[in-house]
Amino acid sequence: MRAIRVVAVNVFRESVRDRVPYNLVVFAVLLIASSYLIGQLTAGQDVKIIKDLGLAATSIFGLFIAIFIGIGLVSKEVERRSIYALLSKPVSRAQFIAGKYAGLVLTLAVNVSVMAIAFYVILAYMVWTEPPTIRAGWDAPGMDPALLKAVFLIFIELMLVTAIALFFSTFSTPILSAALTFGLYVAGHFNADLKNFEKVVSSKAAARLARGAYHVLPDLSAFDVKTQVVHGLPVSLGYLGATAAYGLTYVAALLLVSTFIFSRRDFK
Amino acid sequence: MRPRRDIALVVLAVVAFAAAVSLQMMRDRWYPRDDAEREQILYVRSGAALQRITLSFDALAADVYWIRAIQNYGGDRLSGPKAQTKYQLLFPLLDLTTTLDPYFNIAYRFGAIFLSEAYPGGPGRPDQSVALLEKAITVMPQKWQYYHDVGFVYYWRMRDYETAAKWFQKAAAQPNAPNWLQPLAASMLVHGNDRVAARFLWQQIAKSEEAWLRRNAEHALLQLQAMDQIDQLEAVIQRFPPAAGEPHSWNELMRKRVLIREPVDPVGTPYLIDPVTGRVRVSEQSPLFPMPEEPRRLTQ
Repeated sequence: MRAIRVVAVNVFRESVRDRVPYNLVVFAVLLIASSYLIGQLTAGQDVKIIKDLGLAATSIFGLFIAIFIGIGLVSKEVERRSIYALLSKPVSRAQFIAGKYAGLVLTLAVNVSVMAIAFYVILAYMVWTEPPTIRAGWDAPGMDPALLKAVFLIFIELMLVTAIALFFSTFSTPILSAALTFGLYVAGHFNADLKNFEKVVSSKAAARLARGAYHVLPDLSAFDVKTQVVHGLPVSLGYLGATAAYGLTYVAALLLVSTFIFSRRDFK
Repeated sequence: MRPRRDIALVVLAVVAFAAAVSLQMMRDRWYPRDDAEREQILYVRSGAALQRITLSFDALAADVYWIRAIQNYGGDRLSGPKAQTKYQLLFPLLDLTTTLDPYFNIAYRFGAIFLSEAYPGGPGRPDQSVALLEKAITVMPQKWQYYHDVGFVYYWRMRDYETAAKWFQKAAAQPNAPNWLQPLAASMLVHGNDRVAARFLWQQIAKSEEAWLRRNAEHALLQLQAMDQIDQLEAVIQRFPPAAGEPHSWNELMRKRVLIREPVDPVGTPYLIDPVTGRVRVSEQSPLFPMPEEPRRLTQ
């Protein structure tokens, strides 16, 4: 565990050195600026749009971090040849993979937490400035704690994307890894369509193939509950739990395969 | 040792993956997602395509289309009466907005009011208003406001009081519906479109939290007030007609001391009087112009 922790902390420090936290400033500025601009552009609905924007920005910023740092986690060490020094130390390849993953997840956790806090500060400001008559017309309270449900699932989704990026990073170049991870991210959001493929094709084989792809590809659309929480629609804790458990198990599967591939690589 | 470890890793990976698939299947069984809604959205081709392109950011894309709809409507309204393409984009934009975010309540209500508004205030397309509201009802069938809004469009814009009454009855049957809907539906079947009912409905809309809805309702209430004033003025004109061969005029009535000054509408613009017929109307310079079609009664 100590070895994993040391690798993870180093990944986190490296991300700070790489100026990853700068995105938090961009996030805060984006939300503050848009909260003013949107008020000028739209007839009401400011808080709904700020919620949509805040959740989408959390997701997009996290996605960029997960992909662009995730793809370099292993390949960068190989390119810089620092992998030789690392593996000569008492760190197993499994610990190395686990530590790299944990480090990036820690970076994402800090980012998502700070973005969530900034998001609630902006919402608190909107609640404070809007009169009660306007607030009465909102679908959900301004500082609705249910928004955290969407943030939670965004975080689990980012954990999954990080695991995908790390998986590709163990055997591919950074550019190809980025393309493959992004491709899988897009395909993962189309996944729900594959489930009902038999409704649009008559071929049973094609339908079975699509159903198989539905199970093999990461089901990322399930992590999207942004619309529901913004409109104050119920998202049960059972759904959150089941989706999070699915995500974490998929992450575990990807990390195990990554470890398997990485442990077979020859660095001589 | 290493092959055994590798095998163990692969087996564990397969087990974990199988567990993930099992969890996914269980979750789908326990918490079925709304596939019916996806089917609905397939009917709106461009909206469905956009929804896929925007991945999980469809709600944000809906906000962009909503802002575009507002800007487009505002721009068209200010573009002057001769613009050829006035309001052509309003329905497609609102349709896309509500396809991308089917719970976008205010987009449906905005469409209900402004798509049905007569030219030049709107495109004068109550059919599009009704289509948009019916789309809202498929997504949120228990929201009485949408049934009420359909009833209102039939009542105020299409003058179809029987259909309006049916929609008000449907609204009254929904959970949390206000208790004034049932008597409103009943009285509409008896009296049709009288100003009392019109005023009552606009007063309900004027209680909305949305400023633009309130402004629209206040405008309509002023138009109803102008209709009342026109009725009173025409009654006076009938009682005090000009001498044979003389035209109707305000000056004539002021000279007879029937009126003390030239009458003005509720926003302060003088009324116009037809010199031949004596009919009174709102000036084209008045913000209340054009007036809605004069309400009538089904039964006298």
